[in-house]
Amino acid sequence: MDTYSLLRQFADSWMLLFLFVFFTGVVIWAFRPGSSRTYEDTANIPFRNADKPAADPASPSEVQK
Amino acid sequence: MSNYLKLIGLGVLTVFFMIAAGYARDLAYQTHAVILMLVAAGLFLHTLRNTDEPLLPVATGDYFDSVVRAGVIATSFWGVAGFLVGTFIAFQLAFPVLNFDWSEGYANFGRLRPLHTSAVIFAFGGNALIATSFYVVQRTSAARLWGGNLAWFVFWGYQLFIVLAATGYLLGGTQSKEYAEPEWYIDLWLTVVWVAYLAVFLGTIIKRKEPHIYVANWFYLAFIVTVAMLHVVNNLTIPVSIWGSKSVIIWPGVQDAMVQWWYGHNAVGFFLTAGFLGMMYYFIPKQAERPVYSYKLSIIHFWALIFLYIWAGPHHLHYTALPDWASTLGMVFSIVLWMPSWGGMINGLMTLSGAWDKLRTDPVLRMLVISVGFYGMSTFEGPMMSIRAVNSLSHYTDWTIGHVHSGALGWNGMITFGCLYYLTPVLWKRTGLYSLSLVSWHFWLATIGIVLYAASMWVTGIMEGLMWREVDANGFLVWSFADTVAAKLPMYVMRGLGGVMYLSGSLIMCYNLWMTVRRAPAKEASLSVAVPAE
Repeated sequence: MDTYSLLRQFADSWMLLFLFVFFTGVVIWAFRPGSSRTYEDTANIPFRNADKPAADPASPSEVQK
Repeated sequence: MSNYLKLIGLGVLTVFFMIAAGYARDLAYQTHAVILMLVAAGLFLHTLRNTDEPLLPVATGDYFDSVVRAGVIATSFWGVAGFLVGTFIAFQLAFPVLNFDWSEGYANFGRLRPLHTSAVIFAFGGNALIATSFYVVQRTSAARLWGGNLAWFVFWGYQLFIVLAATGYLLGGTQSKEYAEPEWYIDLWLTVVWVAYLAVFLGTIIKRKEPHIYVANWFYLAFIVTVAMLHVVNNLTIPVSIWGSKSVIIWPGVQDAMVQWWYGHNAVGFFLTAGFLGMMYYFIPKQAERPVYSYKLSIIHFWALIFLYIWAGPHHLHYTALPDWASTLGMVFSIVLWMPSWGGMINGLMTLSGAWDKLRTDPVLRMLVISVGFYGMSTFEGPMMSIRAVNSLSHYTDWTIGHVHSGALGWNGMITFGCLYYLTPVLWKRTGLYSLSLVSWHFWLATIGIVLYAASMWVTGIMEGLMWREVDANGFLVWSFADTVAAKLPMYVMRGLGGVMYLSGSLIMCYNLWMTVRRAPAKEASLSVAVPAE
C-alpha cells in the first residue's frame, strides 16, 4: 500500500475514533460529579494575586480570603 | 564571562552581515543585511559599555510588567500604523491616481497591501497577544515570568521581525504566500523568537502557584504551539542562495495551495481566534468583576474549537484542483464550528448576566462586549460563506474582504482596545483612565466605521458576484471586469470613510492613553515596587 492510502485509511479509522473518544471524554470529564465546586474556585483565579506573585505554594482556600 | 562570549558573537555577526550586504543579490536582502548589521553593532556597543558593571539584584517579588508596558506602547503604535496604511490603500482602490508614478514599485497597492495585512495582524494583533499573554499568565499563575530577560528578547526580537518583514514587502522581498509573505531568513528568525516565547510562557505555567491552569492560558498556549507548527510547515523553503532573499517552497502544486490555506485559515483560527479568546476569558471577567459564566462550557469550548478549526482550511479552495472530498471536508468542519464559536460567544456575553447595567456606565466594558458580538457575527458569516454554493457567489469578491474586516476590526480590534484601556491604568499605576467620554467617542467612531465598512463590502461583493455570473439569452457574459470595477466606486469611497473613522478612533485612544500616563492621578509614587526590608 502506498503511503497516501495507508495514512488515509489510518486517518478515517483509528485516528478518527481516538479523537472522538478523547473529545467525548473531555465533555464527560467536565461534567464529572463534584466538578462544579472545583471550577468555581478555578473561575475565580483572575480575582486573586492581581498585584504580586503568591509568596509560596499556598493552598487555594488560603489565598481565597 | 558571558559578556565576553556575547561580544565575540555580536562582533562575528556584525562582520557577517557586512559581508552579506556586500554579496547581496537583491535590494531587499541588502537592506536587511544593513539593518541587521546596525542592530548587531548597536548591541555590541551596548554590551561593551556595560561589561564589568556590577550586576544589579533582580527583583523577584513582583510581576515582570515592564515588558507588558512596552507591549502596550508597541500595540498602540503598530495599530495606528496598520490602520493608516489600510485606509490609504482603500483610497488607492477608489482613486487609482493615488498609486503615484514616483512611488511605483515601492508604494503601489500591490506592495502596500501585504504591509497593511501584516501590520494589523502580526504587528498590532501579535504585540497585543504577546503583551496580554505575559500579563495574564503571571496573574493567573501567581508567578513572575520565567526566564528573566528572555521576555525582553521575545519583545525586541518580534519588533525586529516586523521591521524586516515590512521593509521587505516594500522592496519586493516576498514569497507570495498570503499572511506568510516574509522570506526564508525572516521566517527562521521568527522561529527562534517564537520558541523563546513558548519557553517563557510554558516556563511560567510550570512554576505556577495556582493548582489549576486557568482557561485563558489554555487558549494562549494553543495559539503559541499551533502557530509554531503552522509557521514551520508552511515555510519549508530552500533558499536559492544564502546571499539572496529568493527561496523555493518544497511543496508542489495543489499540495502547496492546501498547505498555504491550512496555514492561512488556522492563522485566523489560532492567531486571531484562540489567542484573542484567551484575552476574552481574562479581561471580560476582570472588567465586569464577575467570574466567567460557565467554566465547564469554557473547557468544552476550548477542546471543540481546537479539534475543529484545524480541518477548516480547504474551504478556501472550492472549485480548484483540490479534490472535492477535501473541500467538502473543510466545508463540513467549518459549519460544525458554529457550535463552539457560538458557545464561546454566549459564555463571554453571559458573564455579564446580573451586571448588564455596567454597560451603561462603563465604555471599556461596552467595547469588550461589542467585540464578542462581532465575533458572533463573523463566525456566523464565515461558515455560511464556506458552503460551496454560497462560496461560488462570494469567492474572489469584496464580500470576503468585508467578512475579514468585521472579524478583524470588530472582534480583534475592539477587544484589543478594551484590553489596552484596562491595562494602561493598571500598568502605570493610575487611579483610572484620563477620560471616559473619549473612550465613548472611540467606541462610536469605531463601531460606525465598521458598519460602513462591512455594509459597503456586502453590497459591492454581492453586486460584483452577480455581475460576474450574469449571462444573456445567448449565453454570453453581460459584464466585463472593468464594468464591475466602475460600478464599485461609491462603495469603495464609503469603505474608505469607514476606515477614516476607525483610524480617528484609534488616534483618540492613543491620546487618551498618553494622557492617562501623563495626567491621571497616580496610585503610587513610583512604578518600581519598593521591596520591603524583611
